[in-house]
Amino acid sequence: MKMASIPHPELLIVQVNETRIDAAGAINFKERMRELTQDNGKRVILDLSGVTFIDSSGLGAVVAVRKSLGPDRPLELAGLTSAVEKVFRLTRMDSVFPIHTCVPVGQSDGV
Amino acid sequence: MASDKVTGTTRVTIPSNAHAVRDALCALFETLIPNQMPQDTRDAAQIVLAEALNNIVEHAYAQSPGEIEVTLAVTERGVTCDIVDFGLPMPNGQLPCGKLAVHTQLEDLPEGGFGWYLIRTLSQDLNYRREGARNMLSFRIESKQSAH
Repeated sequence: MKMASIPHPELLIVQVNETRIDAAGAINFKERMRELTQDNGKRVILDLSGVTFIDSSGLGAVVAVRKSLGPDRPLELAGLTSAVEKVFRLTRMDSVFPIHTCVPVGQSDGV
Repeated sequence: MASDKVTGTTRVTIPSNAHAVRDALCALFETLIPNQMPQDTRDAAQIVLAEALNNIVEHAYAQSPGEIEVTLAVTERGVTCDIVDFGLPMPNGQLPCGKLAVHTQLEDLPEGGFGWYLIRTLSQDLNYRREGARNMLSFRIESKQSAH
C-alpha cells in the first residue's frame, strides 16, 4: 500500500496515497502504519484526502492502529472525503478520532 | 406504487475474493453506474454493496470459493440491488441484527462488527432468502431529494 510519512516538529503526517482502504488492503494498511509510526513518538495525523472509499474492514484497521498507538499518542484524521466521512459518522467513530477538515500544517508534495 | 422508471440495469459476476470485490466496486461506481446519481446515494450504495459482498466472501464462501452475481438497477429514486451467491446459508436463515457496539474505553474499541449495522442503516427493503443452494439478498438505496 502506497503510504508516506512526513515528519514535522510537533507531529507526524501519514499520507495514504491509495484511493481505497478496504478488505483487500486492511492488513497491509495496519502493517504500513506500524512501520511508518514506530520510530517517532509524536502525535499522528492520518491524511485521508486521497481516499475516496473505506469499508468496515478499513475502518477496523484504523481503529486497530489507534489502539496500538496507545492512549498517550493521539491519532487524528484529516481530509475525509464524503464516503469516508459517512462511515466514520454512522459508526460514531467520529467521536473517537479528532477530525480536521484539512491537514493542519502546510501541504506537502505527494509521493 | 409511484413510478420508478429503470434507467439502467447492470449485472456483474464476481469471484469470491476481496480483490475481485474491490475491482467490481471500482468498475460499478467509476464507470458503469450513471453519473447523474447524487453523491450521497452513490456513497451509500457503494458502502452497502461493499459490506454485503465482503460478508459473502468471508462467510458464505469461507470454506470454498464461488461466484457472486450482482444486479444493480438504477432508477429515478435510487438504486435497487440483487445479490445471489451459492455459498453457505446465513446462520439460522436470518440476517444478523447489526447492532452497533457501545464503546467506552480505548482498549475496548471494536475493530469489526460494523458491516451489518452499515447495511441496515443505509438501505431500505432489505430482504434475504435461501432458495435451494442459493442465497438471495436484495435491498434498495433511496435517493434523498432534499439532501443537496
